[in-house]
Amino acid sequence: MSDQTPSATLFLEKRSYRRRRLMDALRLLPIVGVLLWMLPVFWPSGGDHPADPTPVAMSSAVTYVFVVWILLILAAAVLWWFIGERDRADEGS
Amino acid sequence: MISVNQLLGVSLVYVAFLFAIAFFAERASMRGKGSWLRSPTVYTLSLSIYCTAWTFYGAVGYAARSGMEFVTIYLGPSLVMIGWWWVLRKLVRIGRAQRATSVADLISARYGKSNLLAIVVTVMAVIGVTPYIALQLQSVTLSLSIFSETGQPDSLSQQTAAFWVAGGLVVFTVLFGTRNLNANERHDGVVIAIAVEAVVKLVALLAVGIFVVWGIAGGIGPMMERIDNSSIGEWSMDRSRWAALTMLSAAAFLALPRMFQVMVVENEDERHLQIASWAFPLYLMLMSLFVVPIAVVGLDILPAGSNPDLFVLTVPLAEGQGGLATLSFLGGFSSATSMVIVATLALSTMVSNHVVMPVWLSRQAEGAQVSGDVRNVVILARRASILMIIFFGYIYYRLSGGGAALAAIGLISFVGVAQFLPAMLGGIFWRGATRWGALAGLLVGFAVWVFCSLLPSFGPDAILSTAVFEQGIGGLRWLRPQALFGIEGIDPTVHAMVWSLSLNVAVFVGVSLVTFPTPLERLQGAQFVNVFDHSTQARGWDAALATSEDLMIMAQRILGPADALSLFRAEAQRQGLTGHLPEPTQGFLQTLERELAGSVGSATAHAMISQLVGGTSVSVEDLMAVADESAQILEYSNRLEAKSAELSRTARQLREANQKLTALSVQKDAFLGQISHELRTPMTSIRSFSEILRDTDKLDQADKTKYASIIHGETIRLTRLLDDLLDLSVLENGQVSLNLEQGNLNDVIAQAVLSAGGARSTQLRINHVRSDLDVPLSTDLDRLRQVFINLITNAQKYCNAPEPSLTVDILQHGGGLQVVFHDNGTLIPPEARALIFEKFSRINDKDGSGAGLGLAICREIMARLGGDITYEPRADGNAFIVHLPGQAALAAQ
Repeated sequence: MSDQTPSATLFLEKRSYRRRRLMDALRLLPIVGVLLWMLPVFWPSGGDHPADPTPVAMSSAVTYVFVVWILLILAAAVLWWFIGERDRADEGS
Repeated sequence: MISVNQLLGVSLVYVAFLFAIAFFAERASMRGKGSWLRSPTVYTLSLSIYCTAWTFYGAVGYAARSGMEFVTIYLGPSLVMIGWWWVLRKLVRIGRAQRATSVADLISARYGKSNLLAIVVTVMAVIGVTPYIALQLQSVTLSLSIFSETGQPDSLSQQTAAFWVAGGLVVFTVLFGTRNLNANERHDGVVIAIAVEAVVKLVALLAVGIFVVWGIAGGIGPMMERIDNSSIGEWSMDRSRWAALTMLSAAAFLALPRMFQVMVVENEDERHLQIASWAFPLYLMLMSLFVVPIAVVGLDILPAGSNPDLFVLTVPLAEGQGGLATLSFLGGFSSATSMVIVATLALSTMVSNHVVMPVWLSRQAEGAQVSGDVRNVVILARRASILMIIFFGYIYYRLSGGGAALAAIGLISFVGVAQFLPAMLGGIFWRGATRWGALAGLLVGFAVWVFCSLLPSFGPDAILSTAVFEQGIGGLRWLRPQALFGIEGIDPTVHAMVWSLSLNVAVFVGVSLVTFPTPLERLQGAQFVNVFDHSTQARGWDAALATSEDLMIMAQRILGPADALSLFRAEAQRQGLTGHLPEPTQGFLQTLERELAGSVGSATAHAMISQLVGGTSVSVEDLMAVADESAQILEYSNRLEAKSAELSRTARQLREANQKLTALSVQKDAFLGQISHELRTPMTSIRSFSEILRDTDKLDQADKTKYASIIHGETIRLTRLLDDLLDLSVLENGQVSLNLEQGNLNDVIAQAVLSAGGARSTQLRINHVRSDLDVPLSTDLDRLRQVFINLITNAQKYCNAPEPSLTVDILQHGGGLQVVFHDNGTLIPPEARALIFEKFSRINDKDGSGAGLGLAICREIMARLGGDITYEPRADGNAFIVHLPGQAALAAQ
């Protein structure tokens, strides 16, 4: 997935390059989110087999889910701010 | 303790407050001071109608029953928002470019503005959302019953309460949503009201949460200990549900009609979406932050058997916090009302645009031009739809008994609306998706959902009998509603979701692959999929026939007189015209159609304008028809061209024939003069000499003999002329009988030379080459000789060379023979060549002895003998070629 059209220049100046990589990071973010949030599927859970390792405590689970959540929100907000900043800088110049 | 009546009073004041906010917001918006109403914050808060009473009450109950599973309902939407670049960006752009007013409008527009598809989506949406509405009724009723239990036990039965709540919601929604018909289907007042409600419910839940963590548990650390020591203290998870519900909630977030309304239809600026991409997950995170603590504390301090769905209310009540409980009640009330308002508004828009208006328009025989206010019909249709939808929710609530856990009901709705997702995503990412594919996929997915999820939700023996649950339909064990295809042991929700969605996608893709889209579908498909390449409207109107007045009348009825007038006046001003009627240019018609689409949906607006503009609308289908027509015209003109070439060829032939005829006629006239002269000359001398013989007595014998000889000679000449004419007419009529003989060609030529020379001695030297060749032939030798004699005498007569000579030659040509008579005289002039074989044609006839029949006779004879005679100009004279057919020569060999 790329915004490049066939007529677009092959090499970009540094700022445009940076902006594209920020967009790449933005696009990757939900995939990272899915991976992190689907990890609990592999956690040992209570009652499946008596020999299983002890299940993860609920407090840890809550902490994990919410920490991931907050990190994703922060990442999204920071990316938005940087991309928006570059847009504003582009408009200004 | 707060009484139910106090609570109702608080609720009414709250509603009045919301109504006032909505009213002033709309006032401000109309006065053009509403920019603050369309800020990213309001947009983000309006998205919070995703969090309904189910969230507010149900999440805690869900957590108390199943631990962390409740959070999946928020993880899905968070992922969709964080990944806005993938899907939402495109969805919002398409929705804005196409002026989509609802999910049904979007899907119908993508698949060639198919109203059938819109109706199917509308019906599915109404049925799919009904359990959700019932859920809101149930939550409000339950929450009211808590207060009545603690206050006045028998004052309020749950059924009556649900009825009054439903009635109140109808009034509320009608007042909010259908006060007027906005040109762009945006509801500034409603949006600001739900934004306020979003704040109220967040604050309420946070307040209860903070009270629980710091007021009851005593801080974060002790709270965590309490969580680990509770009955849900261990990670216990149905793994399939964790993944499936995250996916399901993401799908429902995209496909829910009310989410489409706030996310796409009410979107003012695409940049708001970027801000909401992190702000809305933040809202969701805050909404779920205290769910587990509240559930744990509720399980701890409340007696066993308390309904965990109401912990948000009962925990503060149990701790004697009446004010907090009231705030919490208002939070739940806000959740329920905002969801019902937006959901029913979205659905009523769909019902009125795709079901009521098309039916109404088609029943109006005179079409869109009839008098009467369409606005009234639209508003009436919407109000009726609102009533109907909430009534359905009430019926569902009554039927399902109101006993099921809130979360279970919500998930049924989610699976139902998620059926739109394949058609939606397929439509915006895959150009190959077709109308029939979308329709088939939707219907199959919907049918599976009804069978596996909706009908079982009423419980065994309510609609589906226990036998069906256990044995399947008609005893077919692979058709059990919770174990399709014999696969048992799957969680019912996951089961319904996996089967309905996978069959939906399979049928959608399969049917799309084998069907062929209509031209309009292909155009719309390209516009949807490549929306970022060209976000413009491609279809247009040729306005030649649409009069501005008709358009004005129609627009007034939909947009309202004032709005329509100002729209038309602005356009007229833009065009530089005075007065209020602009020229119906294509651009103006497109603008108008978009304005109308905002009120009545794109399909209906298109239909209305096309009724006025009539056959001149330039849809793709029309263009295709035009293209077909021009292809036909091109073909026709090609054919005409060919025909005209043929005609001009014929005309040229006719002209030639005519010239020939004219020349012939001239010749005939000349000949008739000639022949009468020919006949008269001998006749005159015959008469004169016979008169001399009769009247003169003293004639001596010598004179008598001389005169009689003259008379005899003249009669012979006359006879010969008449013989020739007779001969020709016999030949021409085909009455001649051929006398076939064996002979030698050279003998025939020699005889002819002899008889010609004998008849008239001239100085013509005849050179008979190859005279010793033995050329046997079988034909009518006398007739052939006649031809040769004719040609030789012609040469004797007309060859004007100083030393006239005639070469007679025999050539083998193809299968036949050619006898060439080649003289050294002057060439026959070109204009005469075409006529030499015609009757009465005489060229250079100086002595007037010929009748011009010789060559005509020759040609007739040769035609009878199966041969031909042709003329060829040669460098040194004229050549007459007698062609003898093959069998004449071969027969003798």
